[in-house]
Amino acid sequence: MEIQLSGISKQFGQFKALNNVGLNIQSGELLALLGPSGSGKTTLLRIIAGLENADIGSVYFDGVDMANTPLRERQIGFVFQHYALFKHMTLRENVSFGLRVKTRAFRRPAAAIRARADELLKLVQLGGLEDRYPHQLSGGQRQRVALARALAIDPKVLLLDEPFGALDAKVRKELRQWLRDLHQQTGVTTVFVTHDQEEALELADRVVIMQKGEIAQLGSVDQVYEQPASPLVFDFLGDSNIIAAQWRGDVVHVGDSAIGAYPSTANTAVLDEGAVDVYVRPSDLRIADAEQAGIDVVVNSIQRTGPIVRAEVSFAHSTFAQSHSTLRVELPHLHHDVPRFQTGATLRLRLMQFSVFAPQTITPVREQLSAPILIGRERERLAG
Amino acid sequence: MNPSTQKNSIKVAGHSAISEGKLTRWVLTTIALSFLILFLLLPLFTVFAEALRNGWQTYGKALSDADGLAAIRLTIIASAIAVPLNLIFGVAAAWSIAKFEFRGKVLLTTLIDLPFSVSPVVTGLIFVLMFGASGWAAPLLEDTDIQILFALPGIVLVSIFVTFPFIARELIPLMQEQGSDEEQAALSLGANGWQTFWHVTLPNIRWGLLYGVLLCNARAMGEFGAVSVVSGHIRGETNTLPLHVEILYNEYNFAAAFAMASILASLALVTLAIKAVLEKAHGLKH
Repeated sequence: MEIQLSGISKQFGQFKALNNVGLNIQSGELLALLGPSGSGKTTLLRIIAGLENADIGSVYFDGVDMANTPLRERQIGFVFQHYALFKHMTLRENVSFGLRVKTRAFRRPAAAIRARADELLKLVQLGGLEDRYPHQLSGGQRQRVALARALAIDPKVLLLDEPFGALDAKVRKELRQWLRDLHQQTGVTTVFVTHDQEEALELADRVVIMQKGEIAQLGSVDQVYEQPASPLVFDFLGDSNIIAAQWRGDVVHVGDSAIGAYPSTANTAVLDEGAVDVYVRPSDLRIADAEQAGIDVVVNSIQRTGPIVRAEVSFAHSTFAQSHSTLRVELPHLHHDVPRFQTGATLRLRLMQFSVFAPQTITPVREQLSAPILIGRERERLAG
Repeated sequence: MNPSTQKNSIKVAGHSAISEGKLTRWVLTTIALSFLILFLLLPLFTVFAEALRNGWQTYGKALSDADGLAAIRLTIIASAIAVPLNLIFGVAAAWSIAKFEFRGKVLLTTLIDLPFSVSPVVTGLIFVLMFGASGWAAPLLEDTDIQILFALPGIVLVSIFVTFPFIARELIPLMQEQGSDEEQAALSLGANGWQTFWHVTLPNIRWGLLYGVLLCNARAMGEFGAVSVVSGHIRGETNTLPLHVEILYNEYNFAAAFAMASILASLALVTLAIKAVLEKAHGLKH
């Protein structure tokens, strides 16, 4: 089913949770709503479901305005962050709930309902546990029950709120793969909320990056990663080094050295020639060949963390003022550059891929994360 | 030092770092136990001892006295009306406070506690002032035969007033803790409001609810002050159990007074026993 959102705004007291958000969700796609706490992503999901009402704006399912369709008639599979399984019901009773509460005219016979519930539990690899209670399960298993329960009503759209947030890293990885497979089998339009960029990039067809109640960028995984629309998006999708630079002609210079051609993919709306900020990921810095352009640096320290080797380097020439005096570099531990990273060594680094934005005194998204603006339920949960 | 010698050295010291010394423990336990015996168990024991002082026969006779039976009947009827009404009110109040945001929520939460802070005698007086001959509510009833004061309705009204915090107070923290995710899940799965309440909300609060009903019932049956003011003490008609106990006592009919009192005391014991069983079986208080 296709979902259209137009002009959605929502306010909680003084806090603007969503500001004029418009979005088209294609039928059958797997879409991620990604953003830091308080960016409005969960509120948007809840508005699609009908768990919240937008102050302004409309939600259309296949072109039909949902304003007067209550939650229970929207036929939505909603998976809650903390699963919200019915504690006093067995898994079978949980999964069959949506089928059992139908009015007599639409209700299937008890035996058929039971069979369908067992079939779904098998689908989520929980066959044989039909008579267990939720408290007897692990977090990952509970999450799968929640999914099976949502799938039981043959939802037109599946909405998941931070589906893997409460699980440990390994289980999370398994479930991601499993959800991806499930989506391919069922083809149900699926929207999930996450604050984990890795999860969003790995799982989704398209990613919506939310920032302060607005859509900061919408695009395929490759688009948002390789052509971030703003410094905030760049910063949110991974680690970043920020280098003050000059753009002259078609070339970007750091101090006296040209570091590369002005990236054709860059967001051009912001820029005039002159001072710019170069954004580069630690993993996109490599040692340059002798004749290649690059930045001369001195290695300060090296840290080995299993598969990744991290180095901190500072600019060799301090002739130009840098807002960030050090850069972080990340290499795979078997990379042929690794042996040359020795403390005190002078190296020339090339930027394999970088983005250019207008210079600004930005607050990186990460810093905002330490003091998130909390809304509604999140705030209550923490206060409680 | 190996672990076993370490253990011994702790033993020698008489206490470990995380628990108090033997003496402190002993003193505290003794204080608590003596208070319990002196102020709770001994009086309770006395009630039953006094009631049975003149043998079972006298006890049986005291209980089967016509006025006594009338008092028991009246008490049961009054509770049978007050408790279900407070059950409905308590669930509704707890539900709205725990699951919705609305204007006046703080006021409602505070008002629910009002009966706890008002003296029962004052409560009784309020109703006398309202429904008495010159009360403001009296004209409303002028043309009807409805008698509020010195009759069952008055007793029921004050019982409701006095006991209405019990169930709501029990449920509010419980429902707040549970949040409304499960209800929302049920709605998203197509359940209607009634199905959601019956299949999801009620099972989640049933033990707390039962506990609240028990407390509410114990208080409704045992209430003295407020009922005393509005009942008029008409023997065999408007005397509830506690009032009847007082009358018998004032008439120096100690055996009968204690026999009646023993019924109330038994009610308290049964309530406590059921509560203990519930808590043990379902970890109500975690």
